[in-house]
Amino acid sequence: MTEPVPATVADRPVSLVDLLDRVLAGGVVVSGEITLSIADVDLVHISLRTLLSSVSALVPAHD
Amino acid sequence: MSEQRGVWLYAVTREAGGGGQRGVAGEPVRTVEASGLVAVVGDVPLDTFGEQALHRNLEDLDWLGAVARAHDAVIGAVARTGPVVPIRLATVYHDDDGVRGVLEERAEEFGRTLDRVAGRTEWGVKAFVDVPPPVPRTEEAPSRRGAGAAYLARRRAERDTQAEAERLAVEQAGKVHFRLTGLATAARTHPPQSKELSGHGGQMVLNAAYLVDDDRSRSFAEAVAACDQDSPAVRVQLTGPWPPYSFADWEDR
Repeated sequence: MTEPVPATVADRPVSLVDLLDRVLAGGVVVSGEITLSIADVDLVHISLRTLLSSVSALVPAHD
Repeated sequence: MSEQRGVWLYAVTREAGGGGQRGVAGEPVRTVEASGLVAVVGDVPLDTFGEQALHRNLEDLDWLGAVARAHDAVIGAVARTGPVVPIRLATVYHDDDGVRGVLEERAEEFGRTLDRVAGRTEWGVKAFVDVPPPVPRTEEAPSRRGAGAAYLARRRAERDTQAEAERLAVEQAGKVHFRLTGLATAARTHPPQSKELSGHGGQMVLNAAYLVDDDRSRSFAEAVAACDQDSPAVRVQLTGPWPPYSFADWEDR
């Protein structure tokens, strides 16, 4: 359930899906030298495929 | 064994603060400065974080999850000391000069983004609706019009119920988004997460991010709770506080 006080929200563990939504699809994209050829779409695509193949590992029994 | 290393970029900020953080490779996080900006970086082994290795390792969910959490933890620590521009996961340079080059080249954009997010926090809001269960397929007494007509009527009723539920859900999600956008300085919507991945029952009808002034965090959270209470059919969930991941990119706005 949603709590009215932000501090209590911060105590809740961050779900991996929410996290990947942000670190893979958000943030500033600047060209890395070493990772230049890993395109953004590539990253998201790779990760989504990983996620989909590991759904059972992801879904917690609670919440 | 000589180990080749690269420089992993986590975030850009204005002043170095905190310290003592460990990064994606367990390495101590350090800073690189140029153009009045501070890049928060770490030295990572290329046999794990080089281009080929990244392609391979990103397919490993445990690896990806651990790296994502470590990346986020470093950015979160920076966010607690001042405004931050989060960098997308897996941005790696050969050396500090490469990082300095980006700071110099993008100084203006970094500066603008830091100004925009200063004193503000990203909050995530997801809304779910329970999709009505299909009408039970009870055997009906054959009507005078016959079984075919009864079947069609039943299908139509199912379809209408479903369509109406979806219409209401979209309408409710729109109301939630409108109300919360009014309390935020900026709002972005992400594609809904799939039911399997989110691990929640029901259908996700809103997956949004809001950039909220820090002194309005409480009223924002209260508004989210109120939206959750408003309609028994729609569950509204708050996540965060997040570093401003959804409001950091200047390319696509």
